[in-house]
Formats: sequence, structure tokens, C-alpha cells
Amino acid sequence: MKIEEKLYLLRWKHDKRSHIAIKDQRVCLETCGTKWKRPCTTFCPASVYAWDGEKTVVSHDNCVECTSCLLGCPYRNIDWKLPRGGFGIEWQHG
Amino acid sequence: MSAPALLFERGERPGVKNVMGGVMYGRMLADVVPEFWKTAPMERVVTDERLWLTTADSVVTAGHKHLPHSVEPPNAFTVLRVPFDGWFAAQAEAAGALLIPGTTVEDVIREGGRVVGVRTGREEGELRAPLVVIADGANSFLVQKAGLGRPLEPNEMALVVKEIIALPGAAIEDRFTLDPGMGATIEVYGAVTRGMAGYGFIYTNRESLSVGIGALISQFMETRITPWDLLEGFKAHPMVAPLLRGGVVREYLAHAIPEGGLRAMPRLFDDGVLVVGDAAMMVNNLHREGSNMAMAAGRMAGETAIQAKRAGDWSARSLSRYRELLEASFVLQDLRKYQRLPDLVEGRPDLLHLYPELLSEAIHEMLTVDGAGKREKQRRILRRLLARRPWWRLLRDAYEGWRAMR
Ligand SMILES: Cc1cc2nc3c(=O)[nH]c(=O)nc-3n(C[C@H](O)[C@H](O)[C@H](O)COP(=O)(O)OP(=O)(O)OC[C@H]3O[C@@H](n4cnc5c(N)ncnc54)[C@H](O)[C@@H]3O)c2cc1C
Ligand code: SF4
Ligand code: SF4
Repeated sequence: MKIEEKLYLLRWKHDKRSHIAIKDQRVCLETCGTKWKRPCTTFCPASVYAWDGEKTVVSHDNCVECTSCLLGCPYRNIDWKLPRGGFGIEWQHG
Repeated sequence: MSAPALLFERGERPGVKNVMGGVMYGRMLADVVPEFWKTAPMERVVTDERLWLTTADSVVTAGHKHLPHSVEPPNAFTVLRVPFDGWFAAQAEAAGALLIPGTTVEDVIREGGRVVGVRTGREEGELRAPLVVIADGANSFLVQKAGLGRPLEPNEMALVVKEIIALPGAAIEDRFTLDPGMGATIEVYGAVTRGMAGYGFIYTNRESLSVGIGALISQFMETRITPWDLLEGFKAHPMVAPLLRGGVVREYLAHAIPEGGLRAMPRLFDDGVLVVGDAAMMVNNLHREGSNMAMAAGRMAGETAIQAKRAGDWSARSLSRYRELLEASFVLQDLRKYQRLPDLVEGRPDLLHLYPELLSEAIHEMLTVDGAGKREKQRRILRRLLARRPWWRLLRDAYEGWRAMR
């Protein structure tokens, strides 16, 4: 089962405002690209982060709020906040 | 606003943000909700607990099973957090708490060094209170904002992904050899984590299985294995797949589990504030206990608050009673007992793979009837063991393992 199919099963209340921001794209491009090969693009369980060749693109609507990116970005370069109250993932089973 | 207790929840309803395996423990729940078993949404009462050590194509199993008995409360039972938490929050409301859902607490308010309330994301969302109990779970923002803990490291938190896989109840009972309504748990170590420090689990619900696997965030960073690939590999393991056959995936979930233990624990109290549960790193991973610690700590925080209110004293000195209660209970005693475990597991993930392999090979050798005598077979096993690990390292592993567990 592919990740897209897994995410397709889920429900969110989407917020137009993103709760995620990359602090400094240069870090993604340079230091992290060479030293770490951008781990956010692999550890995030909802495939929120992707490298488009120039910058890290963030699909905040996919976020399932596991909080891993608070610790998993080696440069603490992700500004991840809790979604506003009532927004974000809504598990059906838990 | 005046109520004995306000309960903020960032989800639109309690539970919609929460994930666990989930085996819950009756004793600690009964201490907060007497006779919970009459109304709580339990999935299955656990009568069969198994431990699997896997290699790529084999498994060594150990386990314990007992008859379903009528003693209340049940020792352990499985839950799904969305229905369970809805029920649990209703119990708090029935006891007089005021639930405020759909509201994210963004910060604590400090005045003259002491915590005097919280700021929420709502308009005019400041609320003052003599006591704030921080219970916001793993990777707590509020512990950080209140200045009670240091930032955590990626080896102090695990990421777990799981799926809810629907199967008819009768099929579950057949496959796991269970009496009606009874449940099984399997903790799975070894090859399934693909070299990472972590483990998988299979828990039975009424009409579904909870199947999950996880590892330290630091190990996901290093190996670049994606969480969903790890889960797919686990589900496809030749010993796991037959249990899931024909099941339909209903939900895919991900959540963090605190793994730092005692060394990463924040300060548990200060003027006007207490910290409980995952926010305070209260998880004993070896025994998959977290919910029980959170509930016990929550009860002790409540008892501390009642005393503080009687004395009219919300200072750190008065609230330090909370820590004393924890020290006298299994919560801090067990966390202290296993405080070396995080270092052992993180530093030596190979142990989690080598020993299942050696054990599996040894048993396989003994069970293979090929004409060689049993003494010869023992010699073969020993030779193979020493080829993989010199005797002094075997001794060191045993010693370190014993030190971390004793
Ligand atoms: C995959 C997995 C399997 C597990 N299996 C088991 C198991 O089998 N047995 C076991 O005992 N334990 C298990 N655990 C651990 C257990 O889930 C936790 O220890 C337990 O849930 C901790 O309870 P808590 O109340 O501290 O935190 P949580 O249950 O995480 O609750 C925190 C609550 O606070 C809310 N919240 C967070 N931030 C805010 C904010 N800023 N404002 C308002 N609300 C907020 C959340 O929405 C949530 O409702 C497992 C954990 C995981 C992830
Ligand atoms: S891990 Fe952090 S620094 Fe690296 S690419 Fe991702 S966001 Fe950028
Ligand atoms: S919180 Fe989890 S799901 Fe959301 S972006 Fe971070 S790693 Fe991905």
C-alpha cells in the first residue's frame, strides 16, 4: 500500500494558514543537502516535505501532527506549531 | 469563569488527536474511575501476551496465557483512543470538570516567576488559575514554554506508525485462539525493525487489529527508511502476514512516544504548575506502559491540588508533595529502575537483531533431526555463537543487559 493510499483514508479539518514553515531554505539547499541528505523528506510519516531541486516544499495539509519534525530536522530548521484549536488531523479510531 | 477544573483540549472532541497501541491497565483506571468496566468502551480483555523475536524468515516465541476470569477490574484490555477518550473526558465532566474542546493552549502566563494561568489561541483567551497541570503529551510545547525542561534530542523520542486493520471478530478469535471477547498482544522484536532500535506490535480489538511499528527518530534520520515502508515490511513479514490476511486497512496513524526516560524528564513541579504523563516522559517502554503512568500521575496531581487548596498554598514547596507521591509509587520507581535502558538500546541496536538470530539458529539446530547427536549439535551452536561474537563480548552484553534491567 502506497503512502498516498494510506493518507487517502484520513480526515482533516484543513486550515488555510499553514502551521509549518521552513526557517531558512539555504540550510536545506547547502548544509543539510550535503551532510544529511534532507531527512525530513524520509522520516515524516505523512510525506509532508519534498525537495523540488531548489527548496523544501511543505504540504502542510497532509500533516498528521506526530511532532517528529521538531526533533528530526538536524538543524532545527522547521518552525512547526500546533494547528489552531479544532483544525488539523481528526483520527477516526486512534 | 469559576469551575473546580477546566480541561482544555485542542481537538474538536477529546480523542481525535490521540493514538496508542493500545493496551490500557485496569488498576490505574479504576483508581480514577471506579467500576469503569461497566461503561468504558473496551475492545478486548487481554488474556494472552506474546513476545516474538524475529529473523527475516523465522520467529522464536514466548508468551503467557491465562483463562478469562471474572475478577474485576481486568488487568489489561485494548482500546481505541477516539471512543475511549470521549468516554474518559465525559467521566471528568461528570465529576465537575469543565471541558473546553477545540482550544489550543499556547503558553503559560508567568508573573513574578510563578505560573498564574494559560493563554489559549482564542480571542481574549487568557485564563488565570492557581494551578496549571501540564498534560499535553509527548514533545510537550508547554513544558518548554514554562521553562521546565531542556529541548529533547532525536534519540529521546520514537516515532510509531500503525494501522487499524478490520477483520471479523470470529476470524480474530480463530487466528489468535481466543475465547469470545478476549484479546491477545504480540510485541515483535528483531529483524522487523531493519536494524533500527525499535519494535513492532499486533494487538487485537473487537473487530480489528492494531498493527504498528516504530523506532527512535534519530534512527529514522540515519537509515532514511520511511515509516510507511517499515510498516509495509512488517505487515509482509512471513510470520505476520497470515495473521492479517484478508484484513482491510481502515486508518493509518502516526504518533510520538517518549523514550528519554529519567534523564530527559523535566522538572515536575514549580510555583503554580505540575507536569504529568508523556509531557513528563513517564513511559516505561520495556513494558509498554505509558497510559497507566499518565493516569496514576494525573491522580496524584489531583490529590496534590486538593491538599494545596486546603492549605491555600500553591507554591513549589507545597506542590512538591506531587513528587513525593510519585517517588513512593511505581511511576518513578520503575523509571529509575530502567534509566540505563535508553543508552543500551540506542548505543547497541545490533543487540536487538543478533540475539534473535542466534537464538533462532540454536533452536532450529536442536529441532532439525539430521542424524547428528545432541552433544554435537550443542558444539555446532557454540561454534556458531563464538564466530559471531567473541566470548568476552557475549559476557559484556550479558552484563550490560543485566545492569539495564535489574
Ligand atoms: C503507537 C503508540 C502505542 C502505545 N501503546 C501503549 C500501550 O499499549 N500501553 C500504554 O500504556 N501506553 C501506550 N502508549 C503510550 C500512551 O499512549 C501514552 O503514554 C499516554 O497516552 C500518555 O497520556 P497523556 O495524557 O500524558 O498524553 P496524551 O494521551 O497524548 O494526551 C495529551 C492530550 O493533550 C491534548 N493537547 C496537546 N497539546 C495541547 C495544547 N497545547 N492545548 C490543548 N490540548 C492539547 C492532546 O490533543 C491530547 O488529547 C503508546 C503510544 C503510542 C504513540
Ligand atoms: S531536514 Fe531540515 S534542514 Fe534538512 S532539508 Fe529538511 S527542513 Fe531543511
Ligand atoms: S508533525 Fe509529523 S506528520 Fe506533521 S510534518 Fe512533522 S513529521 Fe510530518
